[in-house]
Amino acid sequence: MQQLEKPPVCRIADADPNGAFASGLEYNPPVRGMWNIVHMGMLVPEAHQVYACAQGCLRGVILTAAETNQLDRLSWISLTEEDMFNGTLESSLVEGVSEIIEKLGFHPPMIPLFLSCMHLFAGCDFDGVLDDLSARYPDITFVDCYMTPTMRTTITPVAQCSRQLYMGLKPLPVNPQSVNLIGCDRPTDENAELVSIIRNAGLTLRDLPLCKTYDEYLKMAESKLNIAYLPTAHAALDALEEKLGIPQLYLPARFDFDGLRDNYRLLCDTLGLPLPDLTADEQAADAALRNAKQIIGEMTVAIDYTAVTRPFELAKLLCSYGFQVKHIIADAAGEDADAFAWLQKHHPDIQLWSPTNVNMLHQHEQADEPVLAVGQKAAYYFATDRFVNFVVNGGYYGFAGIRAVAELMQDAFLNPKDRRPLLRHKGYGCDSCLLA
Amino acid sequence: MKQTAKIIPCYAADTSGVCAALYELGGMVAVHDASGVNSTYATHDEPRWETVQSMIYVSGLTELDAILGNDEKFIADVAAAAADQKPAFIAVCGSPMPMMIGVDFDAVAMEIEQRSGIRTFPLHTNGMHSYSEGASEALLAIAEAYVLPQTERIPDGVNILGALPLDFGNPQEINSIRTWLGENGFSVISCFAMGDSLDTLAQAGKAQVNLAVSYSGLAAAEYLYNCFGIPYVCGVPVGTAFSQEIAAALRDAIENGQPAFPCTIRGGSGRKIAVIGENIIGGSIAAELADLGYDAKLICPLPHAENLLAAGDSDAAAEEEIEQALAEMQPDLVIADPLYRFILPKTAKHLELPHYAFSGRCFETKMQNLIGARFDKWMQNQKDKEGTS
Repeated sequence: MQQLEKPPVCRIADADPNGAFASGLEYNPPVRGMWNIVHMGMLVPEAHQVYACAQGCLRGVILTAAETNQLDRLSWISLTEEDMFNGTLESSLVEGVSEIIEKLGFHPPMIPLFLSCMHLFAGCDFDGVLDDLSARYPDITFVDCYMTPTMRTTITPVAQCSRQLYMGLKPLPVNPQSVNLIGCDRPTDENAELVSIIRNAGLTLRDLPLCKTYDEYLKMAESKLNIAYLPTAHAALDALEEKLGIPQLYLPARFDFDGLRDNYRLLCDTLGLPLPDLTADEQAADAALRNAKQIIGEMTVAIDYTAVTRPFELAKLLCSYGFQVKHIIADAAGEDADAFAWLQKHHPDIQLWSPTNVNMLHQHEQADEPVLAVGQKAAYYFATDRFVNFVVNGGYYGFAGIRAVAELMQDAFLNPKDRRPLLRHKGYGCDSCLLA
Repeated sequence: MKQTAKIIPCYAADTSGVCAALYELGGMVAVHDASGVNSTYATHDEPRWETVQSMIYVSGLTELDAILGNDEKFIADVAAAAADQKPAFIAVCGSPMPMMIGVDFDAVAMEIEQRSGIRTFPLHTNGMHSYSEGASEALLAIAEAYVLPQTERIPDGVNILGALPLDFGNPQEINSIRTWLGENGFSVISCFAMGDSLDTLAQAGKAQVNLAVSYSGLAAAEYLYNCFGIPYVCGVPVGTAFSQEIAAALRDAIENGQPAFPCTIRGGSGRKIAVIGENIIGGSIAAELADLGYDAKLICPLPHAENLLAAGDSDAAAEEEIEQALAEMQPDLVIADPLYRFILPKTAKHLELPHYAFSGRCFETKMQNLIGARFDKWMQNQKDKEGTS
């Protein structure tokens, strides 16, 4: 058997939680459910996105909009080599955006203007560009946004976009009856205790994916607290605290009963609410897991990092209920380090797979046993139609979220589905012309 | 700024052209980029990605490696991947950031070739040009590296040059060209680069004539003409009348050894039709329409050869320029990708012809195969719908 220079798989016991695989060339599997910055930008109602970058980068964002049937909400400016060197980088941006606005025939309330890696490396004076545009079009809020994957080790494009999309908010008097969810790309499951605790207290829960108008978006500035549960929301929480003075509360999406109890205790303490009795919710989650295990039995389970933000914690939970978790697709532990360490000790033979290693190219042809997958990448790499189809927790949270995942795993086991049309759908949950 | 667009897409970029051209040849393509260019290619520009695996990878360039000019990481990573994957060749190409930091791909390729022992090509893309330029350079590189001199030619042997799914999005279209050539007495030696292996392409020198079916194949055609004396014909056999002209042009080229450009034929005086599309493909459609008596013109927003635009054709590329060209042509009918619908004159009818290099997967189930008489039937359907003659 060939000894690979960069193997794509290792035992979790042997893996470094900070980076399990040597970096190298990367493979891009045909799995498209994860959202990109275009999908996120569409969350701001009535906003019109403008991208300024090279043709190769533009193509992906434009066709993202086209596939979601929202081509009319995005315009673009293409860069050439000359633009980098002839001293007109900023003025061309101002003129290009102005030309687009004039052609639109209306003034959108907000224009997220996305610059590229090239602008940053060329030292573009983005503040000056935004000042000029704001002076020309005072009724439009211009927000600096970034399509800068080269800088992803400093801040990921998703985290950065998530932050910038809230920068259109302007200070408002505090409304003590309003709280925000920050950084979500889809509405949180209404069954989640997080949601019910807030709503049952008579508070208004504001969340970007729930905003139907630009005015609703602006109202987010009046909330007394920003809550987030996705790790990509930290930058947004910090920026909003600095800009608007809204305090933050991070309640990570846990797959751990004790961790969730801690989250809810912290939530209620922060909001000055009594902690409700969540025993029934916990019991429902426990029952769902037991039921799913009984039905799924000894089938191998694979989990990938695109499905849930804490794949190792989910693996730990499933292992503790007897599920045969044998594969996890993820590069590093991230904020999931405790569960990673637990698995290293208690389930050392779990195989950890690189999501992008070049030697994953033919992995999907080599699946040798039936697998139940949690996540699209796991479904692809292990060539299974028995899979839970969602990304980034799918909007699920809390004990209700654990129950939902267990039920979805059970459904995936009982009802295999053709994975190809589902995996190729770009932006899980978004409209798609491919489905027409 | 080169282009500003309110709404229409841009075409696939040069990196996608490289990847598409080399996809089926057993080589490895390493795109030096952070991530976006390659995921765009894999998602929107490559219909084969979901069914046929190919060694197309991205370097995952980071801020630190860019600032420090750390070419060594790219070189080492490509060499390591090649050791694991054992490709027939390696192609390295760039995206905007390597252009910004001045990566010397010629030197990088030499270094990789030395370390890996595998033939390595530098391809000079930067993500700021059209797919057809990238594909053109890639196909030329393959021709230069692999096509062998031949002492004997195969009578009526033909190479098809410039076949990419980006231009021929219907999976049957290139096969139909092969079939059409066979029906007209020609033997297909090779197809650059769909459906044939590198070994088959190496036999291209046995052909008596080349058929360049897109701009992407033109540079290879000129190379094979200059170095091997194989003449070429520019055109796609769409429509009964025009395909007969292509067949005749191929025979004439074999006879007289000179290139021919039937895709530039115009001259009808009937209904005004504008075709928006690729230089040779769109030109061939306009030529067939001229044969049918229409006053057809090509608007080619893509790279083109000056001698492959006929009088009255347009090279408008930006959204506003295309609108202006259409306004001047005043066509009654526009044949163009469906996503051009936003900018067409209200007075013109739109016959939708999806172009993968423009709208990607959006209309993948509606990609047309217009080879031979299929085009006539397609046009007749349009006339039937309109109730016109």
